[in-house]
Amino acid sequence: MDALPEFALVRATTLEEMIGVRARHPDSRLLGGGTDLVVNIRRGILAPPVLIDVNDVAELRAIRADARSLEIGAAVKLAEVAAHEEVMRHYPVVAQAAGFIAGPTHRNMGTVGGNLCLDTRCLFYNQSEWWRAANHHCLKTTGEVCHVAPKSRGVCFATFSGDLAPALLTLNAEVDLAGPAGKRTIALENLYIGYARQDRPITESDGDGKYYLSLRPGEFVTAVRAGNTAGLRSAYDKVRIRRSIEYPVTGVAVALRRQGDVLADLRVAFTGTNPRPVLLKGTAELCGGPLEGRVFDGLDALVRDQIMSMKTTFTPGHYRRRVAGVLARRLVARLFAG
Amino acid sequence: MARILELVLNGRRRVDAVPDNLLLLDYLREVVGLTGTKTGCDGGECGACTVLVDDQPRLSCLTLAASVNGQGVDTVESLAQDGRLSAVQRGFHEKLGSQCGYCTPGFIMASAGLLRRNPHPSDQDIRAALGSNICRCTGYVKIIEAVKYAAELHAGGVAP
Ligand SMILES: Cc1cc2nc3c(=O)[nH]c(=O)nc-3n(C[C@H](O)[C@H](O)[C@H](O)COP(=O)(O)OP(=O)(O)OC[C@H]3O[C@@H](n4cnc5c(N)ncnc54)[C@H](O)[C@@H]3O)c2cc1C
Ligand code: SF4
Ligand code: FES
Ligand code: FES
Repeated sequence: MDALPEFALVRATTLEEMIGVRARHPDSRLLGGGTDLVVNIRRGILAPPVLIDVNDVAELRAIRADARSLEIGAAVKLAEVAAHEEVMRHYPVVAQAAGFIAGPTHRNMGTVGGNLCLDTRCLFYNQSEWWRAANHHCLKTTGEVCHVAPKSRGVCFATFSGDLAPALLTLNAEVDLAGPAGKRTIALENLYIGYARQDRPITESDGDGKYYLSLRPGEFVTAVRAGNTAGLRSAYDKVRIRRSIEYPVTGVAVALRRQGDVLADLRVAFTGTNPRPVLLKGTAELCGGPLEGRVFDGLDALVRDQIMSMKTTFTPGHYRRRVAGVLARRLVARLFAG
Repeated sequence: MARILELVLNGRRRVDAVPDNLLLLDYLREVVGLTGTKTGCDGGECGACTVLVDDQPRLSCLTLAASVNGQGVDTVESLAQDGRLSAVQRGFHEKLGSQCGYCTPGFIMASAGLLRRNPHPSDQDIRAALGSNICRCTGYVKIIEAVKYAAELHAGGVAP
């Protein structure tokens, strides 16, 4: 009957208690809804000796949103974010992204912290033990090669697929972190280090599909925060194989400002494509004029340049990249039109 | 590690010693012997294992038994009273919302959860609420009819 390997469960009630357990057990894992972690334990991918359940930690369960700013605790459930009136009104991109995740039962379980730290995914990784063993495993676990890019020199391309991150990136969000070495706040963009560059060794600030977060030993996310910008219009869209339960083929968040007929500000972020959520670089150069062909061509070029096309899912990589571009164009046009 | 799990299961208080790594699904099926809750995909992808925890649908295959301590858990076995089917059960039975039946307990619990928080759901509400459940047989049309009919029965006084 032992479906899962043995571990000790700590049902923490305070942040201090969590930090203490993290200090004593560096190999412990936080357990939010378990909709990612329990699956991976079940599949023999992970075997943490200690799980820290975050759901009873009141400090992590608060959600506060108004016209000025947004703050969501790491243990807040996705369903709560998706249905929160003030989030829907002032930060629609965040509410929409949360509402697009998995299915309704998953959203009752899944947490914001778990979504932001979601393990990266790959066709050769999210499989049962015997399936992976039949392929001699791969770099992300105990194997020697990457089956997606057999010539890869030690680099994994597994895809980051969480939907909240791109939405929050378009709002310049920050994350609050806590751990045995203290508390700090960093730009959400700097939480993700999955650059997966073949020409550079993997370092603390430059990782891949395996080392995809910049968290220090024992560190974890306590909250995510963002400010509001007057006149910002934002939205989220996503393509998946079926309209429920599935992870994204790709998800796109757009935030823009329009002044008269001028595109004054544009931010575009993607998930499901690279080992990190990608906030597109270079969109500022597309602003300052009307929304015309030049902007869309420019956007296409940025997508071609920055979005990967590795075959880590059932859908071909180049298809995924094209979908990403099309979704972004449509969202930009829709938001600009009003 | 093991610990004491205290919960209200199908309306009755229960206390068991459970290992930390026991899934709620296995607790229900193997420890308590309530086999109405089904193991489908075993990985959060099908909804066959759906139960209600404090009236909210949850996937019991991804929930640790120890984590529902102090809460109320309802499985499909809780619905019929004195041999009489509940509104949702009657809906699935009379409107042919079930074929092989494997997904049915999960759909029934997700639907019961819906009617408990929203007794008059629209078609769209029903579709949205059943979005974490998969059925390989019915094609879903009959399932949606079943839930609509259940809502009518519920409006007429039958418990969901
Ligand atoms: C069938 C299916 C479909 C899915 N589809 C989608 C989808 O479309 N989009 C999507 O984004 N997700 C999807 N998911 C994944 C998942 O449901 C959500 O991402 C959810 O938000 C994960 O949160 P959780 O609390 O369940 O994570 P958990 O499984 O509890 O944790 C995930 C990881 O994050 C770590 N962690 C948790 N909290 C913290 C924290 N505060 N600080 C640091 N690390 C932490 C855990 O240790 C673990 O490694 C899907 C899952 C399933 C089973
Ligand atoms: S990208 Fe390569 S190394 Fe990474 S999980 Fe997939 S097969 Fe494994
Ligand atoms: S058995 Fe739980 S979702 Fe399939
Ligand atoms: S009735 Fe057979 S799977 Fe739904």
